[in-house]
Parts: sequence; structure tokens; C-alpha cells
Amino acid sequence: MAKQFVKGNEAIVKGAILAGCRAYYGYPITPASEIAHAAALYMPLVGGTFLQAESEIAAINMVYGAAGTGIRAMTASSSPGFSLKQEGMSYLAGAELPCVVVDIMRGGPGLGNIAPEQSDYNQVVKGGGHGNYKNIVVAPNSAQEMCDLTMLAFDLADKYRNPAVVLADGFIGQMMEPVDFPDPVTEFAEKKWAVRGVDGDRMNLISSIELDPDDLERHNKKLQRKYEIILNNETRFEEYRLDDADFIVMGYGIVSRMVHTAVDQLRIEGVKVGMLRPITLMPFPSKRIAELATLDHVKAFSVIELSNGQMVDDVRLAVNGAKPVEFYGRMGGNVPSIQELVHEIKRMMRVL
Amino acid sequence: MSVKILGKSKGFYDTYERRPGSNKEQTHYCPGCGHGILHKLIAEALTEYGVAENCIFVSPVGCSVFAYYYFNAGNIQAAHGRAPAVATGVKRALPESIVISYQGDGDLAAIGGNEILHAANRGESITVFFVNNAIYGMTGGQMAPTTLIGQKTTTTPYGRTLQNEGYPIRMAEIIASLESPVYVERVMLADTRSKNAARKAVRRGIKNQIEKKGFSFIEVLSTCPTGWKMSAPQAEDWIKSTLVKNFPLGVLKDIALQVEPLDLSKHLAAPGRVSKLIGLDEEKVKFDTSAMKLNPQIDQEIKIAGFGGQGVLSLGVWLSEIGMREDLQVSWIPSYGPEMRGGTANCHVKLSRDPIGSPLVTHPTVLIAMNRPSLEKFEDDVIEGGAILWDASLIDIEPKRNDIVKIPIPATDIANELGNTRISNVVILGVLAGFSDFLDPLVVQRVLPIIFKKRHLIEINLKAFQRGLELGRELSQ
Repeated sequence: MAKQFVKGNEAIVKGAILAGCRAYYGYPITPASEIAHAAALYMPLVGGTFLQAESEIAAINMVYGAAGTGIRAMTASSSPGFSLKQEGMSYLAGAELPCVVVDIMRGGPGLGNIAPEQSDYNQVVKGGGHGNYKNIVVAPNSAQEMCDLTMLAFDLADKYRNPAVVLADGFIGQMMEPVDFPDPVTEFAEKKWAVRGVDGDRMNLISSIELDPDDLERHNKKLQRKYEIILNNETRFEEYRLDDADFIVMGYGIVSRMVHTAVDQLRIEGVKVGMLRPITLMPFPSKRIAELATLDHVKAFSVIELSNGQMVDDVRLAVNGAKPVEFYGRMGGNVPSIQELVHEIKRMMRVL
Repeated sequence: MSVKILGKSKGFYDTYERRPGSNKEQTHYCPGCGHGILHKLIAEALTEYGVAENCIFVSPVGCSVFAYYYFNAGNIQAAHGRAPAVATGVKRALPESIVISYQGDGDLAAIGGNEILHAANRGESITVFFVNNAIYGMTGGQMAPTTLIGQKTTTTPYGRTLQNEGYPIRMAEIIASLESPVYVERVMLADTRSKNAARKAVRRGIKNQIEKKGFSFIEVLSTCPTGWKMSAPQAEDWIKSTLVKNFPLGVLKDIALQVEPLDLSKHLAAPGRVSKLIGLDEEKVKFDTSAMKLNPQIDQEIKIAGFGGQGVLSLGVWLSEIGMREDLQVSWIPSYGPEMRGGTANCHVKLSRDPIGSPLVTHPTVLIAMNRPSLEKFEDDVIEGGAILWDASLIDIEPKRNDIVKIPIPATDIANELGNTRISNVVILGVLAGFSDFLDPLVVQRVLPIIFKKRHLIEINLKAFQRGLELGRELSQ
């Protein structure tokens, strides 16, 4: 265990290397470039590969090739780059290849700007590419979690043979905080399906093509069962001051840090609010939200996002009409101040 | 409609179990199609060189999407056009394997134009087989980038024209124009003689990879009787009479004998060394915080702003590093992007005894302004009773407010006096330590040598800190 003051983006790379990742393929883009810088610096030192690809598309396909050989591989980008990678995400999910993809979200649509947003929720959590697939998605809210959840993402990706996305925003990526780095992972499960250029693997095939409709439907059903198992086993969330809360405020990533502070301020004023923060966005803590919605003391939910309201749809599905669900969002790279959040939460509570 | 690959090589599976339907003996290719022949040449070469079991075959999208039905190798099926990128990921992970990227003309020359160009330019140690039959076979006979002028396809029903589609693309010539590739040849599959030449080229391409020579590219003019609406013999004749005139045969580049074998060996670090190699050396990182605890009276929210290059961001990082070593909760967040590169920069630092919620500082307890625009911009945000420190050498105005502590610092003048303009930020750090009760000068002095990257600058920095410290103490009295 070693404590170091590092940028979130650098914590990702150090966490990845500690998790055994030995291949990084990427393309520069603000505000995710420090990830490539750190990977370029450290990967060669541990005998891994760093390659700046010719495009986001090439980068994700290099990851596809590397993951097919059974090694832990990753790429990272920011919103417009992730849009380009969607083809590869679909193929990775179809071929059931484990890998980690980082998305440091910025303002959109189009070229947008480089300030933080959370407007990739739909394109990352809902799949985004073609086909009936889902990514595993983790949402860190600190530099420490950039390390920890990246390491977790590699484990979950391998365990379920599924691409895993670390979904963060420009602030979490750029922010520096102390991080306790764990010892490197040394034991890995064998990947019997991998193609390693040895005699025993010659019947192995990495592919997402199934010509026969029945075969493809069977494959799709298998994927859906896998997502169900992930939902049952891997849902992670954080609860804060919910025991007697009238009002549950939800936010992920950087927003959860602000909500945390706003909740404290409101509590000082005697307002009974609490926070529910999803740590995994796929699987989403729908079950817990539904439970909370049935509690008498819970009057309503509010969702805060740096977007037009994307996660709020999943909250509404989980609440299923049992309680009102309010929304407050900022876009364009604007981040609400604590005072603004306190004000908005009070406003939303008055509406009820 | 299927053709049998005659005299099956050991490079193929005994039976094609992955092929749907009852026919597990023959390929799915049309009669007279060149793919079956090229498959056979590749399988033979892999077997003869004894590398079939080390081969990883990357199938493209196109008629040969099902190449994995046949090749007794590790098989990977790639997205349309991306085979060279996939092959790159494979080869970098497994440098001892023989990696083949097998692609058609739509896959390689159209949608995958970028991937092949850059794999070639990097000199990836792979072998690329490019099947050029001047048409999209699988999707129903559409125009390919290599379709000839006047050639009718389902998307050029009146024939390809210069005005609308331009000239057919000559990939082998483009690849041969790059520095990195070691071997580029165009062959055809039209008669016994040309097939023998093709066999030779296929072997060369694979041998080059075995010998770690680099990137080999073999373009194969191949028949598509179905797409061309011809019989198999007519198709072979059309290659000889027409296609080859647009795509001349021959070796376009061959430096394989001249180049030294590439060192592709991988040296993975032992797990026990990994932490140290990535800068997580415990001895270096751990810092003895005992006997130097101090209790900040209030949590500090600091905003530091100035021009890029003044060390605004570094000053924030130092404050955070010092705070971390005092066992405080700390966070630092910069303004980032073009703004930072172009001119003004600012960062937000929080030092707190409690976990930090938002890392953003909207209302600073301390504002450090290193240029006039920063002072003007952020003065009003400072909390009542907060402090503003500014570089009085550079800023010719004073804060207007009277409900804050004002600390003018001739930071740049002092730095210049010491011989380095760039250490004005250290002077300010010193003033903070001398003036306020949230930085213990002893702690700072012990931490600075640890966090400064350039060892030879430590002495001058400590001097600057000392000057600032004295000034801070003076000002506080």
C-alpha cells in the first residue's frame, strides 16, 4: 500500500497496471489525454504495450485483438471518441471479450467542449452500439475510486467475459487527490477460450457472427442471462443519511460529491435529505431504489445530473410511480455550486 | 455451389464443423472463386514452415468472413476493415505467433483504408493477404474501390465513371511507397503459371514473418465469377486480359533480405517489482508525519489564479501535497484545456479535516492572485474575513474590499532578486506559512525537497521559501 497525490486520470493507469493490464491502445483527446500520457510512461517499464493508434476505431480494435489473446487490455477516450468506439464495443460484447474502456465525459453534442458533462450515460449504459448488449459500467467519484474501480472493472470484465467501462467526467479525471494504491494482483483465472497461437487453442474462435437466426437468438439469450447474473451479484451503491430521509437525492460521479456536501448543509438546517449514489451504473441499483420507494418516510426522489436527464429515466423505471421523481441538470460543462444545489433541492421539495 | 479445396492441407481443419448445414467437407465459396485457391496456398505454406499451430488468422468482413471455418489455427473474426488493427493487438501481445490479416478489396481499400495504411506504416510484423477481385462479392456485387472504369456493378449500373467515382485505387503501389513494409508484391490467380507465382509470394510473406522481418503485403488479383457474371474460365481470362492491365503484377518492394530481424521479445516485469516501476515505491512515497501535526483552525478553500507559466497549478499541488502529509483531506482541481495552454490558469485547493465533498472552490477562504485579471475576477468571491494574497510586483491595483485580510507580496521582485522569476510562487508559499496558521513552516521545509522534481533547484526554492516566510511573519505582526 502506497499513498500518493495523483490525478484521477493517472490513478486509472496505475490501477490498471496493478490489475495486470499490459496493453494500452489509445488516441489523444481532452480531457482524457493524461491517461494516454501515463500509459505511455509506465507500460513500457512493466513490459507492457503502449501504442498511440491512428484513430479511436483502430484503438478499440487493437484492444479487441489483444483481449482475444487473453491478456488484460484497455483503451480510454472522451465522449466524441467513445462515439467512434461504439462499433468496437458492440463487437467486443458480441464476441464476449473482456477489456476495460475509460470514458472521461465532456460537453456535447458534436464537438461540444472539453468541460465536464455526464451526457454519455445513455450511450455507455444502454449499450450504444448495435445489438442487444450491455457494458458493465462503473462510476468513480474520486481519484481513489479511479484506481479501485478500474481494478474492479478488469476483474468483472474477466469474470463475465464482457467489456467494462469506467465512466467518469472531466473533473474526476483532472482532479488530484491522495490515493492509497494496493499491491499488484498476481493471480488470474485461466482463459481457456483465448487464442494464444499454441496448438491447444486451434479450435478456439473469437467471433460475433452467428448466421443462423436460432443460433443468434440463443447467443443473445445467453447474453441477457449473463446481464441478469451481473445485476444480481455485482450491483454496488453508496447510501448516505438515508435512515430517516424524506427526500432521496441521487447523483453519480462528481455530482455525488456535491450532493454529499449539499446534504450535510441541508441537514444542518434540519432538512431531512439523504443521498443514494450508484457506484455501478450497469448493473443499476434498481432493486434498492424500488425498496426505498416503498418506505413511508421517503416522500420523493430527486436526480441531479450534468446532462439533460439520462439516469433519471432509470430511476423513474425503478420507482415505478410509487413516489415522485424530480430532476435538476446542468449542461454545457457547467457544474452547480453547493449553494445552487441546496436551493434546487429545496425548490424540488416545495413542489411536492 | 461449393468447391472442395483439393488435396486438403494440414493447415485446414479435417472437417469444417463450424460450417452450417450438412456439408462439412467443402468450402462455401462459389465455383471458380479465387478465395479457395489462396486459402490453400496459405494453409500449405503454414504447414510446410511448421507454423500452422502458431498461426492466428484474422478473418475480415466479406466473402472470406468464414475463413475460420477452414483454417486450423487460432481464429479471430474482425469488424469490417479493422483486421490490421486487430492483428496489431494480437501480434503485440503474442510476438512469437504468426498473424495473418486476410482482407478483400472493400474491407481493406475502402472502409479499412486507414487501418491498413497505418499498420503498414508502423511496419507491424504481420502478413497481409489482399484479395482484389474488383467487386464486393458477399453483399451482392457492388462497386469496390478497385472496380475498373466502365465496369458495371449493382451500384454502378451504367459503369464506373471518372466523374462520379474516380479511378480504381492501387493499394500495392500505395503500401510500397511507405518506408516500413519489407515486401510488397502483386500476383494473380489466373492460370497454372500465375498460381505458382502466387504460391511463391505467399510463402515469402509468411517466411518474412517467421524471420521477424516486418510487414509483408501480397495483393492477389482474384476471380469472382458470380459477381462478374462470367463462367470460371471466362473469369480467369478477364483477369489476364483486363484486370491485370490496371493492376500490373510484380514485386513492388522487397527489402526483406537487407533488413535486420526485429527484436519483438517481451520482458514482463516480475510482479514484485511492478509497484516500484510505476513510482509507487513505498519508501519514497511514505512520509513520517509524526511529531509535526498541527490543527488548522478552519478548513481552507484556496483559489490560485494567474498567467500560465507562473506556477499557479504547481503552487496548488504543493499546498495539497503538504496538506496530505499533515494527514488532512485534500483535493486539487485545475482549469484545464486550451484556456490553460493559452494564458490564464487557475486551480482550486481544499484542505480539510473532514472528507471533501465538492472539490470546487466557489467562495475561497484564501485567494492568491498572480496577475491583475485574476484579482479583478475573483476578489468578490472571497468569503468575509478571508484573505487575498497578490503579487504586488505585477499587480498595480489593490483589492477594494475592506472585510478581508489583504497581503501584498512583491513576489516577482524577490524571485528576480534571487535570480529566478519562476520561483515567485514559492515566495508566496513562504508568506502563507509565515502569515497563516494552517501551514507549519517546519512541515513545509521538510516536504519541499521531497516534492520538487528538479533536485538542483531545491536550494534556491528553499531560499525563496525562507524569504517569503520572513515577510509573512513581518506582515502578521
